[in-house]
Amino acid sequence: MAFTGIFLILFLIVHSVANSCIFLNDSGETYNAVAHFLSHNWIVRFLEIGLFVGLFAHIIQGIMLTLANNSKRPIKYAVNAGNATSKWYSRSMGILGSLLLLFLVIHLKDFFIGTKIALYSGDAPHNLFEEMKEEFSNPIVVGVYVLGVVALCWHLIHGFSSAFQTIGINNPKYNPLIKTAGIVYSLIVCIAFAMMPIAFYLGWIS
Amino acid sequence: MEHTTINLNLKVWRQKNAEDKGQFENYKAENISTEMSFLEMFDVLNEKLINEGQDPVAFDHDCREGICGMCSMHINGRAHGPWSGTTTCQLHMRAFKDGETITVEPWRAKAFPVLKDLTVDRSAFDRIQQAGGYVSVNTGNAQDGNALPIDKKNADASFDAAMCIGCGACVAACKNSSAMLFTSAKVSQYALLPQGQPERTTRVMNMVAQMDKEGFGACTNTGACEAECPKEISISNIARLNREYLNAQLSL
Repeated sequence: MAFTGIFLILFLIVHSVANSCIFLNDSGETYNAVAHFLSHNWIVRFLEIGLFVGLFAHIIQGIMLTLANNSKRPIKYAVNAGNATSKWYSRSMGILGSLLLLFLVIHLKDFFIGTKIALYSGDAPHNLFEEMKEEFSNPIVVGVYVLGVVALCWHLIHGFSSAFQTIGINNPKYNPLIKTAGIVYSLIVCIAFAMMPIAFYLGWIS
Repeated sequence: MEHTTINLNLKVWRQKNAEDKGQFENYKAENISTEMSFLEMFDVLNEKLINEGQDPVAFDHDCREGICGMCSMHINGRAHGPWSGTTTCQLHMRAFKDGETITVEPWRAKAFPVLKDLTVDRSAFDRIQQAGGYVSVNTGNAQDGNALPIDKKNADASFDAAMCIGCGACVAACKNSSAMLFTSAKVSQYALLPQGQPERTTRVMNMVAQMDKEGFGACTNTGACEAECPKEISISNIARLNREYLNAQLSL
């Protein structure tokens, strides 16, 4: 989980930085140029395969881990410690992950499939910026995206520091740094993502 | 300290034997001194039950001074009760209010089957220990004192890990019933000392394999074990176990 998780954490940096080009507010000129570069560069295309392998591995590992762990206590406690001994999001990684998987299906259907069809059918250059603008004019879509990003944020806050612990990086001197970096990273990435649909919907970007 | 007595309602898990389904029974514990330990409160209850011709509540206990690791109650959802860094025998009744209802359950885990009432079978821990928690020593005269220099930092960290009394609170507190804190403490106490080096790689592999075989869950780093451990064993030991395991896999 940790290695695939770190890989996905790195991917989200690229994804959020590239998408943040919409905030330049230049009618999507820079953003479409970046999108065009990423979809036509063979190194990026190759890494994309790795991304899907990593994503798929993370999902399969997560499902197997959750099912195995849930079977280890056949008779549950009548009273649970709840938040007294651990954080709710640390205990809910399986549920948060499932929500993210649902969101991902919607997200890929919205943007990924259309882009690929345009890429391989050889039509006119695909205007991803216009597509975003159109998608995010619907308040329901905006709501779903914001909820998806909120789930992602909690998933990342646990996942970031947890990944370090799993690969054996735990040092009293650096633990607060890892924890803080995880929270800062999660907030920056997720606020950037959440602002995209909101900004389009409220007409801050045109 | 001011001496007061309290009355409590107890909701205790009763189970005749390993095959019995078991259920909660309600008891009243009256005139309980706040200076009693939680186990002494159970002694009072059991005296009453015996006098009434009923079956007393079975629970594990031995030293009653917090060092043997035998007591094992899940009190109001917390392993060893509400105080941190405390075993059930060192938990005093002043932690509770007059008239309070206390729910007492046995450790719940597939690898810790209930034997009777609040007593569970923790021999899975013994088998993990036997799988690698030892050092080989040549026979002959004892070695001279200080013949093996040990770094102070490592000696301290090893001692902190060796504080583990194997009570099973980590398994009881973990949502996955994982024994990683116990196993990591046992692996760490040897991995940090020169005496533990000959078996260093085989030890971690064998102990983790035994841990999985016993039916404990996997660690998802929620940190509940560390919060409940009566000996305050740190999850930095789990990170060390992960490092040791990774190194062992690469070196075998």
